[in-house]
Amino acid sequence: MAYFIELLISGALTGLMYSLVALGFVLIYKSAGVPNLAQGALVMTAGYAVWMVMAWGLNVWIAIPIAAAIMFGFGLVVERLLLRRMVGQPVIMVVMLTLGLEILLRGLVPGVLGSTPKPIDLGIDFAPIIIGDVFINRTALYGGIVALALVGASLLFFRTRLGTKLRAVSDDHVSSWAVGISVERAIGISWGLAGIAAVVAGALWGSSQGVDWTLSALLFPAVAVVILGGVDSVPGVLVGGILVGVLGTVIPGYLDSIAGGSTRDVVTSLIILLTIMVRPFGIFGREDIERI
Amino acid sequence: MFYRLSGTYHTSYAADRKLWKIPTDRWLVIALLVLALLAPLYVSPLYLGSYVLPWVIWSAAALSLTLLMGLAGQLHFGFAAVMAIGAYASIHLVRAGVPFELSLLLSGLISAVIGAVFGGAALRVKGLYLVMATLAMQYLVDWVVVNVPAISGGAHATLRTPAVSFLFLPVESLAARYWLALAWAVLLTVFFMNVKRTSFGRALVAIRDKDFAAAVIGVDPFKTKLMAFFTSSFMGGVTGAILAFCFYRAVTPEQFGFNVSIQLVAMVLVGGLGSVIGSWLGAGFVLLAPIFLTNLVSSLAASGWVPVSQNFLSHLPLMIYGAMIIGFLLLEPLGLAKIYDNIRKYFLVWPFRHARS
Repeated sequence: MAYFIELLISGALTGLMYSLVALGFVLIYKSAGVPNLAQGALVMTAGYAVWMVMAWGLNVWIAIPIAAAIMFGFGLVVERLLLRRMVGQPVIMVVMLTLGLEILLRGLVPGVLGSTPKPIDLGIDFAPIIIGDVFINRTALYGGIVALALVGASLLFFRTRLGTKLRAVSDDHVSSWAVGISVERAIGISWGLAGIAAVVAGALWGSSQGVDWTLSALLFPAVAVVILGGVDSVPGVLVGGILVGVLGTVIPGYLDSIAGGSTRDVVTSLIILLTIMVRPFGIFGREDIERI
Repeated sequence: MFYRLSGTYHTSYAADRKLWKIPTDRWLVIALLVLALLAPLYVSPLYLGSYVLPWVIWSAAALSLTLLMGLAGQLHFGFAAVMAIGAYASIHLVRAGVPFELSLLLSGLISAVIGAVFGGAALRVKGLYLVMATLAMQYLVDWVVVNVPAISGGAHATLRTPAVSFLFLPVESLAARYWLALAWAVLLTVFFMNVKRTSFGRALVAIRDKDFAAAVIGVDPFKTKLMAFFTSSFMGGVTGAILAFCFYRAVTPEQFGFNVSIQLVAMVLVGGLGSVIGSWLGAGFVLLAPIFLTNLVSSLAASGWVPVSQNFLSHLPLMIYGAMIIGFLLLEPLGLAKIYDNIRKYFLVWPFRHARS
């Protein structure tokens, strides 16, 4: 029983950390309607950015805001140079462009900054917290708390003046133009915000497993999270994240020894497939009605 | 001047329906075919085995995928899994004593059925969701192949292909393997050029352009999409088997991973969606351009012209590959096929400027 509870808790916390990665995806999809398959690589780049700023000799708590500023600018640049020219193109073009960006970053960033895993020390104790028979990983615990806080903050952000503009843009580009909202700037800002979310995810995941190209593989669980929660729903990220994390930890916890390992990918794939077959727009997503 | 005909002028429906509307095009293709057939005679075995042979096989794979993505408009990000099914099925069938010719067909059928089942499951959705569903299929098939010892022979095993003969000719020497692959690729090319002119091909195009509108004019979207998945997976499965027997000859699950699926989509997009010549050019470009550019840079680095680290060099193919995808999507979304078309149109009326089209 303690084993089950331990799996449950660590799964939920891992899932919350997945939702940090997924948050950037949702922020961009919600405003621009662009599925950003480069979010995993963005998290990796952000991890490298934090490590790079720390390598200048700065404290980690100063390094993270600087890295956030860098990644905000990076998001703006990516949107301006690449995605804006894709407006009105079919979805396959956009998907492939973000995948091309993913591949480029996965080659460029480790190629320039080094491919050995880089440590990020957030000052979190590695000794687990022990409650009864249950061990809880401290990094995952703090990561989960940060994820909750960040998703809460983005929910609040969508109630501010700027957030309202972003919501308007996500509703309808043309009518947003008509009432004087700069759609281009709103979409650019959403890319910048996704960059900031990537910094938080990159710092936390980097501190738990080191910064190298494997961080970009977080894309796959993050995609499952957004599909399950709904691609345009911020609260869906939390619920989807916890579900994907719990299912992806508890089931392998029992099945891995029988089926021969890495059942986590199978669970993640099945979550994606079943969601798409049963309720394609996810738990909280908005069903898009197609007009001819 | 080069084409001896400044534009295409048809005076009968039969002339308009011709596969090659301009005689020069036909002669060009025949010349290329002869060159390709004679390649083992004048290309060194190293280049034939490591550049030309994979190019031919990947062109066949790109043709299979572009039937689904270019003609029918159904996105597929798990095509390497379809090829993996074909490759493993053919090896096990040959090992079980089925003749090679028959096992090629059967492995194609097996991939077609599995591919159509997955495709059918994803038929409710389109666009982004179809991408995700096929991506999930890729991971599922990968996992099954790796973790069922009866298929892969164990988690990290390589499966050697048995010696086979095709129509009493042993598929053993490099030239024989090359000719078999070329025959399959040419067969697919001829099929693809003709399928565009059949009612099935037109139904696929109607579905791609708008499935509701196609339903209104009497094309059953469900049936047509399923047929598209079935046909394309059949072609992909046989191509996978050809890839295993003619090129790899020792198969591991990593050869059919997610990255290979992405590479196939990149070939189709860089070449130009739904284009025959684009599939050939795209496969060659995506396969060979990173290799040649990396060789160029590493030879420059070895001679001390550009100071780059070993780590940078090892990541260079990935960078070139990603930059290539981005560059093509931004600068020429219609791909290499469009570039070829522009050049052809220019020479069609050269030395004059404008074609009367």
